[in-house]
Amino acid sequence: MSPRNPTLDRVRWRCRRGMLELDLVLNAFLERDFATLDPRKVEALCALLERPDPELLDFVMGHQEPAEADERELVGLMRTVNTSIAA
Amino acid sequence: MAIAKRQFDAIVVGAGGSGMRAALELAEANLRVAVLSKVFPTRSHTVAAQGGVSASLGNDEPDNWHWHMYDTVKGSDYLGDQDAIEFMCRKAVEVVVELEHYGMPFDRLDNGKIYQRPFGGHTSNYGERPVKRACAAADRTGHAMLHTLYQRNVRAHTQFFVEWMALDLIRNSEGDVLGVVALEMETGEVMILQAKATLLATGGAGRIYAASTNAFINTGDGLGMAARAGIPLEDMEFWQFHPTGVAGAGVLITEGVRGEGGFLLNKNGERFMERYAPTVKDLASRDVVSRAMATEIKEGRGAGKDGDYILLKLDHLGAEVIDKRLPGIREIAKKFANVDPVTDPIPVVPTCHYQMGGIPTNYQGQVVVPDGRGGETTVRGLYAAGECSCVSVHGANRLGTNSLLDLLVFGKASGETIIADLEANSGSQQDLPKDAGDATLARLARLDSATSGETIARVGADLRRTMQLHCGVFRFPDGLAEGVRMMKDIALRSQRTFIKDKSRVFNTARVEALELDNLVETALSTMISADARKESRGAHDRSDHHERDDVNWLKHTLWFKEGNRLDYKPVKLKPLSVESFEPKARVY
Ligand SMILES: Cc1cc2nc3c(=O)[nH]c(=O)nc-3n(C[C@H](O)[C@H](O)[C@H](O)COP(=O)(O)OP(=O)(O)OC[C@H]3O[C@@H](n4cnc5c(N)ncnc54)[C@H](O)[C@@H]3O)c2cc1C
Repeated sequence: MSPRNPTLDRVRWRCRRGMLELDLVLNAFLERDFATLDPRKVEALCALLERPDPELLDFVMGHQEPAEADERELVGLMRTVNTSIAA
Repeated sequence: MAIAKRQFDAIVVGAGGSGMRAALELAEANLRVAVLSKVFPTRSHTVAAQGGVSASLGNDEPDNWHWHMYDTVKGSDYLGDQDAIEFMCRKAVEVVVELEHYGMPFDRLDNGKIYQRPFGGHTSNYGERPVKRACAAADRTGHAMLHTLYQRNVRAHTQFFVEWMALDLIRNSEGDVLGVVALEMETGEVMILQAKATLLATGGAGRIYAASTNAFINTGDGLGMAARAGIPLEDMEFWQFHPTGVAGAGVLITEGVRGEGGFLLNKNGERFMERYAPTVKDLASRDVVSRAMATEIKEGRGAGKDGDYILLKLDHLGAEVIDKRLPGIREIAKKFANVDPVTDPIPVVPTCHYQMGGIPTNYQGQVVVPDGRGGETTVRGLYAAGECSCVSVHGANRLGTNSLLDLLVFGKASGETIIADLEANSGSQQDLPKDAGDATLARLARLDSATSGETIARVGADLRRTMQLHCGVFRFPDGLAEGVRMMKDIALRSQRTFIKDKSRVFNTARVEALELDNLVETALSTMISADARKESRGAHDRSDHHERDDVNWLKHTLWFKEGNRLDYKPVKLKPLSVESFEPKARVY
């Protein structure tokens, strides 16, 4: 069995949110991109996940931009995940 | 194995609106209170509520609690308990004003009073015309409520156990509840949290359906805990559906889309609502539209490769109208349905939204069970509030904005009752039974030792699909009968699952396995209660018994886990101080 990545485990749980929209986007993002993030980006992701849900949703839907560059880059990636199952 | 133990006066399981309102009452009375939450408190599902909270403040036009009561009784299709409904509607003004004083940033009128807007089902003068009764904080009412209550709790020294998952109730041989067994996610350790009073405030369980507007955390943990402890679940057949959730994702598409001229198509491109509601067509009420959609899908006219969704067409409105009148819809459709509605229709299905049933309580928040002599009795030490409880104020159908109200009123009331009950029996903690925690540890041990079996994901997916197909918005007798058989099988399969990851720290797989147990109790109780209720009332709609039947079915269902037994209890038609609202046909 491959060794656990405790940061990923923690981040995975913190992607459980109060809003369904965020559950869908964040989990799809984790699956697709987490393995490619460098430690600085992982730190930025942890900071992003501390934000309140409505603010995160505004970021993800493109209504607002985070001030910090690493966070902006992550949000950019999140905006490109495809969460549709039906189409 | 000995489990570590901590003691409190009161434990609140859940940090949504109801749990935090209750905790505040307790902490301000200087009780030692612990609040457990799977997620950070302000990330509870209450954060998703946008519409508002109802209260007959009458800030903009005349309104009063009795009109609100009438609307709620009628909305419930007469299944709501009228003592509890009177209590809630009378208390509404007090709890909303209190929240305002705690710092809730409500929208305001020019004169500084709380701004109010109309909302479906809320009327003045007993159904005469829509009334402005909903109080909101922009489109972030739930978020603002959580934030306000959290700050206030921190000030009152409420102790939060964040990222702790309660697993089971502890009951002694007399049936008293003495606390919970809980899992700390960060360490994977199991602990007993003992208390003189335990309040379940774990929210709804909308994740039992494949199509759900609910966040992933809404797995009915409180319902599972209650059911495993021998406590019945009430009126579980009643779930409110929203007609237009994005197929697959569940994300809501506002009713405004049809208001602006969007309409529904089946796979043949037919505007089928013309057949079901020739005059109002796509603007018929939620239940009519949802039922028509379910019928189209059932009869093989659904779109998509599995024929399991309906198309919401709005391209004919043009990009300009869509962008201007329906802001955000294009982004939602692109992100969650992978279509641009300016050129392509959005795949939608009737989507589970709200759970009317739950843990049976009285309007003081005490959990009540049959006493074996035709009446009921309280379960000492156990209370419930919020969406996981069934008071029952929503009966067979909840009115919009009445849920946030329910959190405040019954959160507060249960806190007050706990304080009074603890004063009345001011004893010390009772002794824990010798086997406290054993059943929980056995459940965990099975997961830790299983080396093969079905995955949680697979059993969970089958559960959700079964509920959606067999116990959705419109129910067919053959489908229900088959659904009962399938759900019983899924319940057995859920005891033979297997997780690969046996680690301890933030083991999401393990948490999901434990959540599955709760989804199973919720789904099983829903299917069995729905199969048995041979009438249509509120959100429970059967093809073979299409009318409400007050002679035989004006009663609450109680489902017991043991033997999947059903029992019934009368609806409380007598309010606290006013005349009863007698059942009438529910027309709007
Ligand atoms: C999209 C959407 C919009 C809505 N809009 C409105 C609206 O405008 N007005 C309105 O009145 N209603 C609305 N509702 C309904 C309303 O939001 C909910 O009924 C209400 O917020 C539920 O609150 P609660 O306190 O019962 O539970 P929740 O807010 O769901 O909180 C449950 C809490 O329990 C915790 N928990 C659960 N299980 C465990 C466990 N095993 N161990 C420890 N903690 C646990 C969770 O972490 C969480 O803190 C809406 C619902 C949805 C889905």
